[in-house]
Amino acid sequence: MFTNLYINIEARGIKTGFSFLNERAGFDISESPIAYNANSSFLDSFIVGIANTLYVSIFGIVFSTILGVIIGIARLSKIFLVSKLASTYIEVFRNTPLLLQILFWYNVVLVALPNPKQSIQLGADMILNNRGFSVPRPIMEEGFSFVIIAFFASIALVVYLSKVAKRKFEKTGVNTFLLPWNILILFSIPLLVYVIAGNPLSFDDPVLQGFNYKGGMTYTPEFLALAFSLSIYTATFTAEAVRSGIEAVDIGQKEASSDLGLSAYQSLKLVILPQAIRIALPPIISQCLNVVKNSSLAAAVGYPELVTIFSGTALNQTGQAIEIILMTMSVYLCISLIISLVLNYVNKKLEIKGR
Amino acid sequence: MAIYEIEQSQKSPTNTKGPIKWVLDNLVATPTHVIFSFLILGLLYITIPPFITWAIIDANFIGTTKASCTGDGACWVFIIHKMDFFIYGFYPESEIYRINWVFGLSIIFLLLFKYTGKTFKAKIALFSLFPIIAYFLITGGSFGLVEVPTDKWGGLMLTLIISSIGIVVAMPVGIILAFGRQSKLPIIKSFSIVYIEFVRGVPLITILFMGSVILPMFFPEGMTFDKLLRVLIVVTLFQAAYVAEVIRGGLQAIPKGQYEAADSEGLSYWQKMLIIILPQVIKVSIPNLVGNAIGLFKDTTLVLIIGLFDLLTMVGLTSIDSHWTGFATEGYVFVGFIFLIFCSGLSRYSKVLEDRLNTENR
Amino acid sequence: MKKILKLSLIAIAVIGMNVNAGTFEKVKKEGVLHCGMSTGFAGFAEMGDDKVWKGFDIDMCRAVAAAVLGDANKLNNHSLTSKERFIALQTGEIDMLARSTTWTYSRDTSLGLNFAGVNYYDGQGFLVAKSLGVKDARELDGATFCLQTGNTTELNLADYFLQHNMEYKSVSYDTDAQVIAGFKAGRCDAITTDQSGLYSKLTVLDKSKYIVLPNIISKEPLGPVVRQGDDRWFNIVKWSLNAMITAEELGITSKNAADLAKNSNNPEIQRLLGVNGNLGEMLGLDAKWAYNIITQVGNYSESFEKHLGVNTPLDIKRGINALWTNGGILYSPPFR
Repeated sequence: MFTNLYINIEARGIKTGFSFLNERAGFDISESPIAYNANSSFLDSFIVGIANTLYVSIFGIVFSTILGVIIGIARLSKIFLVSKLASTYIEVFRNTPLLLQILFWYNVVLVALPNPKQSIQLGADMILNNRGFSVPRPIMEEGFSFVIIAFFASIALVVYLSKVAKRKFEKTGVNTFLLPWNILILFSIPLLVYVIAGNPLSFDDPVLQGFNYKGGMTYTPEFLALAFSLSIYTATFTAEAVRSGIEAVDIGQKEASSDLGLSAYQSLKLVILPQAIRIALPPIISQCLNVVKNSSLAAAVGYPELVTIFSGTALNQTGQAIEIILMTMSVYLCISLIISLVLNYVNKKLEIKGR
Repeated sequence: MAIYEIEQSQKSPTNTKGPIKWVLDNLVATPTHVIFSFLILGLLYITIPPFITWAIIDANFIGTTKASCTGDGACWVFIIHKMDFFIYGFYPESEIYRINWVFGLSIIFLLLFKYTGKTFKAKIALFSLFPIIAYFLITGGSFGLVEVPTDKWGGLMLTLIISSIGIVVAMPVGIILAFGRQSKLPIIKSFSIVYIEFVRGVPLITILFMGSVILPMFFPEGMTFDKLLRVLIVVTLFQAAYVAEVIRGGLQAIPKGQYEAADSEGLSYWQKMLIIILPQVIKVSIPNLVGNAIGLFKDTTLVLIIGLFDLLTMVGLTSIDSHWTGFATEGYVFVGFIFLIFCSGLSRYSKVLEDRLNTENR
Repeated sequence: MKKILKLSLIAIAVIGMNVNAGTFEKVKKEGVLHCGMSTGFAGFAEMGDDKVWKGFDIDMCRAVAAAVLGDANKLNNHSLTSKERFIALQTGEIDMLARSTTWTYSRDTSLGLNFAGVNYYDGQGFLVAKSLGVKDARELDGATFCLQTGNTTELNLADYFLQHNMEYKSVSYDTDAQVIAGFKAGRCDAITTDQSGLYSKLTVLDKSKYIVLPNIISKEPLGPVVRQGDDRWFNIVKWSLNAMITAEELGITSKNAADLAKNSNNPEIQRLLGVNGNLGEMLGLDAKWAYNIITQVGNYSESFEKHLGVNTPLDIKRGINALWTNGGILYSPPFR
């Protein structure tokens, strides 16, 4: 088989090898978290692709998890309409193809949005139109690093305080209610440093100029459609994991907690969720891998992630299919390897100890 | 002797049944209930009536051209007019009856399959007969049927062909891989593990690209494979890795005693695996297998990206017809509805199966 | 199912096993021409309600099928994405490619392919809404463009804006349908692609609201492509195209070809139609090869007017695609 490959390539004078990576790519990428222009190399476009894949995946993972947990709990709600709505949601979004959802949201919502000159203003300087969702871009000036340091310092302080409180609780059984203090620490210290450093943060607002808004940060419709569809699609699977996690908690536990006089909210937070997480977390982590893999469907709406940019545009320009597709696959394999390492670690952590 | 007072007879409790009781219990039992219920009713109020107005009340159903669509609602005329494309792709008008035959036969065979009882051989015969008949009917080129090349296949028919072949052929391949993963031979074992993990670690679309762009490079010169066949091969290989993982889970669920019992009966490895272990494994794995099948069915839409004309691609293609522009939304809603019916039907069936198997186990 | 797959695998392996045979022999033996084309492109390859592919590119395939097999309909169309097109040709899945493909230096030299001529001289342009008030491409600073990935389009666009020191944004979709959908929804200010493609897109847009800008920012000679290293086949495709052009020059049409074959005294017409001389023999084809092309497909002008010309929704003028005698640059080497 490999001889065939060799013959096919040799006999036809097709170019091979990885030297193309250093060549000038010659095409632009519309959104990129790192510096890139038409003079950059194919290797740069590869890196931009990976960065964009990770960027949209992180959005997808965060929002799908939040939404999934809410829907999963809602699914078991005693309130009829809540549980019915949650199960309808799961039924509809789980049973239609993700690609269809992406195309639907992209094309249908895009038509509904106004052009830049008739943009919808949301609050101060947030602008929504058919070119995307623009928000002011924070610019860190000199001295902002102190604020960041102060923020991390206050996190450290909070962690320390809660450790102290925990030790005290274990010794004396007195529960110190730290939450208000923690919030105060987290906000006041960085704010104080911010004022002392002389407001070292400014905003670059989006301004209408020529055809479109310039400046600020713009989330393109491609990004929004992809992140949104990934979130609502994956949330159905997360919700099912959460539901089965909660259902797996022994009914006796629920009864016991209500016998102890805990409210529904308290028993959910203190008794049921900690146990449900043990069961629900592994499948939720596997969903993270699915989000990363599914982000490759961006090709259909042109969000420039790895498959669109590298396996798409770059492949078309160079024609070196084998090298490019193997490089693309290996990126996904690395991500999947990392996620399974995390999964193993979590599984080990979650094992019930002392048996 | 104690004297008891005569207890006043009590009124029978009201509202233990009926709609009022249901509303009291389910919608307004506590203040939180009330708040949530009203919020959701509000949400439903702003979404459902406009949708119904669009989809039914203001919609147009009858007509033959774009001009028939007058109202603000959906233009189902478009869907009806293009129905041929959505179901049969570019399959020639005069030959469409062959596809209908296949659809009809599949129902007949399913019924036969269900009512042949426990005769295993009959089931196997039916199971292998149907694909052969379907193959000759769809491709043609023999028995006096006109040949219809695969570039004319499309729409729902193509979606069903890709997913059903993927699902069925991946079963044996996946089972072999799962056995391979448990093998004592290091080469087989490591090959199986690497294969399964590799395929599960990359997106289907990159595998489809391999099938459409790289795979042809591996064939000797002059030997070419039809694009659809290449897609079928990679889809099957992709699905097999997922089937293997499900079967592995099933294998782990089988108690050790079953293996030992089979060994003590003096059965060979294959006898043991095929007769004793496999049926049990499949039984416990059915829910996950159906889940995977649904996943593949939805994933067949990805062939859009490599240029096959499946059901979803048809929406894009028909919506740029110059006589019928601007009806993509109707197309997406229609296709979404078809997938919803198929997928939720399958998952319900799997629930039924699961429950039946559960009771059998008790 | 497995059995079927195995059977069909064997069947296809056997069909495809004529290793190393020339493309001509393979096409002859199979009795069908495998021609690569796009997944749908108004005017060039489009699918009507009758479920038959039609168009200017398809006619190129039909011409070769008519020349080699004597029947323009012995055609198997392979819809290819831009990613697949060259590989499908390199690996022999298709015998020729007619997919509005630009002839460039790097494609000709590094892909193992040969361009058999130019059947349409094109150039990249811009399509905008009239309401935008833009008359010239140089007013497009800061605009957003919708384009289809996988072509020379992206490179030309980047070069043009770099050269004129302007900024732009682009959205690269992978299908033509999505480019139109995105543009109509207002995702971008302009579509950019070859002008023929812009006219093709105008057919599905409201013509009174959109215009194609006069600027042309690149040279895009589009033509049929064959594998490198099969000179006979290369010649057949090259001269099939030339036959259509020459037929127009000599005034031979699908309607008068039969008549001219009998009654014409023009020696060049007689040679082309196979009445005189042995042109067919030199290519290893039937003497009537060009006659078959002209009667079944038509001459260049007929094909152009049928699919692209002013009487079609595309409404493209001949422009530089007119014959050299009419002020264009279409020029076929002589048939002698």
